Amino acid sequence: MSTIQSSPLEALHLRLGARMVPFAGWNMPVQYTSIMDEHAAVRTATGIFDISHMGQFIVSGPGALTWLNRMLANNVAKLEVGQGQYSFLLNERGGVIDDLIVYRTAEDAFFLVVNASMIDEDFAWIAKHQPEDVAFANESALWAGMAVQGPDSPAVFEKVCPGQALPPRNGIARFAVDGGEAVVCRTGYTGEDGFEFFSPAEQGEAWFEKFIAAGAKACGLGARDTLRLEMCYPLNGNDLSPDRTPIEGCFGFFVDLEKGDFIGREVLAKQKAEGPAQKLVALEYTDKGAPPRSHYAVLDAAGNVVSELSSGVLSPSTGKGIGMAYVPAELAKIGTDFFVDVRGRQFPAKVVKKPFYKPAPSKA
Amino acid sequence: MNVPQNLRYNTSHEWVLVEGDTATVGISDHAQEELTDVVFVELPALGKTVDVGDPTAVVESVKAASDIYAPISGEVVEVNPAVEADPSLVNTDPYGKGWIFKLKIKDAGQLGDLLDAAGYEEMIG
Repeated sequence: MSTIQSSPLEALHLRLGARMVPFAGWNMPVQYTSIMDEHAAVRTATGIFDISHMGQFIVSGPGALTWLNRMLANNVAKLEVGQGQYSFLLNERGGVIDDLIVYRTAEDAFFLVVNASMIDEDFAWIAKHQPEDVAFANESALWAGMAVQGPDSPAVFEKVCPGQALPPRNGIARFAVDGGEAVVCRTGYTGEDGFEFFSPAEQGEAWFEKFIAAGAKACGLGARDTLRLEMCYPLNGNDLSPDRTPIEGCFGFFVDLEKGDFIGREVLAKQKAEGPAQKLVALEYTDKGAPPRSHYAVLDAAGNVVSELSSGVLSPSTGKGIGMAYVPAELAKIGTDFFVDVRGRQFPAKVVKKPFYKPAPSKA
Repeated sequence: MNVPQNLRYNTSHEWVLVEGDTATVGISDHAQEELTDVVFVELPALGKTVDVGDPTAVVESVKAASDIYAPISGEVVEVNPAVEADPSLVNTDPYGKGWIFKLKIKDAGQLGDLLDAAGYEEMIG
């Protein structure tokens, strides 16, 4: 049993009155005041999340692009310098080890942001396949990270970093700060406009406080989970696993089968050609009901258990029960009827188009 | 923390208001604060007989479902439809509009096993 790790922002969270919980081996804030209020702040104004637990890898060298394209499912060659993309690290069976974002920071240099729980496993897997002409470094301990999310987030950025331009959607920018450099990525996990901001670990607290002073509401992992699920963004360990491929997950948009060989490609190509046996669908209650949660049984219209929820929650935005589940492909059509079993009571649900919630346009 | 003097308390954070042979049950201010935003309440069936300690209702926050235990044995004679329609009443008025169910008391002797306000206050520290 490894010891629990602390974010460089932990002391600040405690001063802000956060309720802390263990998550992915880290002691992190689950909420400060109320998950509902924090969720609403991100949907209507701006919230800020500590994401220092997430991992940062640097890949560089003349062989970096070719090698990353062997390791990742999406096509890194499509990235111009300053752009990023969502991608998957797959095992030989095409199963998902991790989902991540890869940014091209120079012609032959890349910045990867990976899940907290997977830092060691990702690093070991990538390092195992590392060629000589590529340098690969785990800089996770050096960086504090925070996600500033919501329609007002560009204005918050302008207040805190006057004169600095936010990069375009999915872009990355770097600029010098006292004693190091800050990295800002125009991305997030909420569906709202926003950015992820990385600074030297020891400066993280000061930056987090500046963003709060500029109007961002401190938000915990509770709201982060409800926000991402309303967007049908997968959570590794819930909706992604080493036994599920991105084709089953319906994330084919982030897989490039034409770019040349990569680990897991053969399995994915076969699945795509034949159609996967199961698909990850979005299920929404048709009426009021008890909150759906991960691992609750999913029944088909005839009452047979066919799956379980990989994630589930009562949507703070819509008040409806929402969740995702891998179901037999023939049951994956929009409108297909299911039931979700909650303590023996069955609540009717339907397959709906993803996402569950459409954010309002950015104010930027 | 609000701990009304006229109520008795269970160590699992239910409160009990005794009026004649009826016991009204809800969860304490401390419990609602720990649970945070209540988004769903599952009420027991009317007429159901419960023994002390039985899971009798469920209160759910965004993150978790929590059982509400019968503080004493009895028959469910009334439930509060208002908390079904507006679960946040459990947060905003835990000792009033946020009550959950009423039991017809089977054995008044069990009431002696519950904590008084001072005892509950000491427990939650």
